[in-house]
Formats: sequence, structure tokens, C-alpha cells
Amino acid sequence: MSMPHAADLPLWAAILVAAFLVIGAGLTLIGSFGFWRLRSFYDRVHAPTLGTSWGTGGIVFASMIYFTVLELRPVVHEILIGIFVTVTMPVTLMLLARAAIYRDRAEQNPDVPVMEPARARLEEASTGSETGSRLQNGI
Amino acid sequence: MSEMIVVFAVWVAHGTLALAMIFAMARMMRGPRAQDRVLGLDTLYVNSMLQLLVFGIRTGSTFYFEAALIIGVLGFVATAALAKFLMRGEVIE
Repeated sequence: MSMPHAADLPLWAAILVAAFLVIGAGLTLIGSFGFWRLRSFYDRVHAPTLGTSWGTGGIVFASMIYFTVLELRPVVHEILIGIFVTVTMPVTLMLLARAAIYRDRAEQNPDVPVMEPARARLEEASTGSETGSRLQNGI
Repeated sequence: MSEMIVVFAVWVAHGTLALAMIFAMARMMRGPRAQDRVLGLDTLYVNSMLQLLVFGIRTGSTFYFEAALIIGVLGFVATAALAKFLMRGEVIE
């Protein structure tokens, strides 16, 4: 339960570390709760990004401040994790969302966007005024 | 005083991240489809990586950093490969 090495930490650093730790962990929890709670996959794919952006950021900042103050030298190698996760997570989620949309289209599920929205709208607009009003309705 | 603050925050962070891992695992168990399970595994990877970082702060050693970095890299590769598999039916064509 005790952390004897944390005793010689100044108070401001302790408060900063504690705040970043709690904020980061709390945001990660909110993201995971949303991932458990939201209804469709396309909603759910957004939720874990909370944990990978500011969840990781907060805990990485806390670790950097803690070891920098404790070892009296700049300790910044944790930033590697932050950069790596922030760079790779959009790629992963994009790949996964594209795979999901591909599978949904292959099974002809409803509630999936049309194949090429921009081109479909162009064709609709060129075929007459009757579809022009539909275009204004956002179809 | 400062030790007490950090100890309290570290245990709160441990508990919060454990709860987040439970939520991710519940979604991974429940599905309903394969992409949900893959995303649940990815969330679980990230949460356990953060858990390891907090563990490093608690023990005051920097060794856990390497484990966290490896988990992050492996999570990315595993999720990318699984997404490719879901789309194509095979990983390497």
C-alpha cells in the first residue's frame, strides 16, 4: 500500500501527478463505458478513442512528471507511447470500420450508407427537379 | 502528505482502469458480431497498457514502460491483422 519513494516528492508535483492520473483513468473509463453502452457498431467505434487520446495522454503526463521530479533529470521516454498510440489508433479504427461496413454491405444489411454518396447525389441532381427536392431534404 | 496523495490517486486509477477493462471484456464476450469483439480486444489492450503505466508509477521503476510499449505495438498489429482478416478472409494475400 505504501510508496516510500514518493515521500520526497514536492506537494505541487504530487497534486499534478494525482490530477493527471485520475483524469486519464476517468476518461478511459468513460470511453470503455460508452463502448459497452452504445447501440450500433458505428456508434461504438468512436467511444474507445477517449481512452486513447486523453486517457493515454493524462497517464503518460503523470508518469513523465513523476519520474522527472523524482530522478531530478528529464524523463520523457513515455512520450513514445503517447505518440505511438495517437498515431496508430485512427488507422486501426478506420480499418475496422471499413471492414465492418464491407461485411454489412456484403450481407445487404439496412442502415448502412450508400456506396458512393457524392456520385449518387450528382446523378440524382442531373436527372431532374423531382429528385432536386429530395436532394434538399438531404437524401 | 505528498505520498498519501499519490498513493490515493494511484489506487483510484487502478480501480478505474480495472472497471474499464471489465466493460471492454463484457462487450468482447457479448459481441454481437466479430468486429465488436475485435474492437473490444483493442480497447482491452489499451486499458491494460495504461494499467501497466500506473503500475510503473506505483513501484517507482521504469521497467514497466517497456512492457507497456510492447503491448501497445502488439495491440496495433493484432487489430490491423484482424481487421484485414474480417475484410478479406485471409491476412496475407
